[in-house]
Amino acid sequence: MNTVIDDVESPYVRSDLPALRVGDTVRVHTKIREGTRERVQIFEGIIIAYKKGGNRASITVRKVSHSVGVERVFPLSSPTVNKIEVKSHGQIRRAKLYYLRNLSGKAARIKERTDRRPPSTKQRKKAKTETVA
Amino acid sequence: MRMALIGKKLGVTQIFKNGARIPVTVVELGPNTIIQKKTREGKDGYDAIQLGFDEKPHKKVGKAMKGHFQRADVKPVRFIREVRCTAEKVTEFEVGQQVSCDLFQVGELVDVTGTSKGKGFQGVMRRHNMKGAKQKTHGTHEQFRHVGSIGCRTTPGEVDKGKRLPGQMGNTTSTTQNVQIVGVDTENNRVLIRGSVPGARNGYVIVKQSMKKLGRIKTIGIEGASS
Repeated sequence: MNTVIDDVESPYVRSDLPALRVGDTVRVHTKIREGTRERVQIFEGIIIAYKKGGNRASITVRKVSHSVGVERVFPLSSPTVNKIEVKSHGQIRRAKLYYLRNLSGKAARIKERTDRRPPSTKQRKKAKTETVA
Repeated sequence: MRMALIGKKLGVTQIFKNGARIPVTVVELGPNTIIQKKTREGKDGYDAIQLGFDEKPHKKVGKAMKGHFQRADVKPVRFIREVRCTAEKVTEFEVGQQVSCDLFQVGELVDVTGTSKGKGFQGVMRRHNMKGAKQKTHGTHEQFRHVGSIGCRTTPGEVDKGKRLPGQMGNTTSTTQNVQIVGVDTENNRVLIRGSVPGARNGYVIVKQSMKKLGRIKTIGIEGASS
């Protein structure tokens, strides 16, 4: 799109994160500053939205904590995001899983995806570069 | 003495610095050509330098302006603005000299002037944030987004000057004051300015050292953060 904007954003885009998809259950490790100390906090939940766009890409992760729904938006290029682990993939039919907000208990579960579905182009590219290396 | 440069708004994005996410506007700033110097002693009667930005082909220049550019022996430009300076400052520059964005430093506060996006003829609710009708039932009709009363009766018998009414909104010269420069890229003639600046993409903007906070350098991001 706008090459100048891409140019400004590109130094901040990270390549060390795994391929993420909506419906995945992830553990996000974030750096938290407490006074002068720094520690790592882990947030585990389902990705209900993935917003693309250079260094502005973000994921919204939802979990239910003590029967209260909690959602956090993580900017993927942020240096405060240490790492992201993908625990499992979900079988989903929508790009945004906002409907989960209205569901609770058993209804709010997502079926796990077995690898019947072909991997995305991004994942295929990644696998290719890995085998070459 | 406040120095200024002419540039072009390129777009808006964000960067990460010192542990903070910072919204930035990317501005192509300079290089500006000095086309003319004016002095108090000369026939202009005041001290200023004339800056030009954005070159244009010779064939697009009218005769009057052609003479102006030829006298300075510079390439024709699309956008010209004048900056008032002190007499000493004027002597620092030469006609035909290129001024680049390294004039500004990271952390400095600036005022950015541009032409705001035109919104057309707008009503009072959008233009002046008026509230419209108090009540939408009980017989109210055709009054939902109106101004309401615009004055009294025989005394004073006229509408106050400056009464906020519908009209053209936007497309006016507008200045955002005290915005911070968070990045200077002299190689690509780009600066990053924190937050928003007036106008649409590819609109001309004038970046001037801050009127209210001249010379003040602010830290960027969270103090004491690691990255």
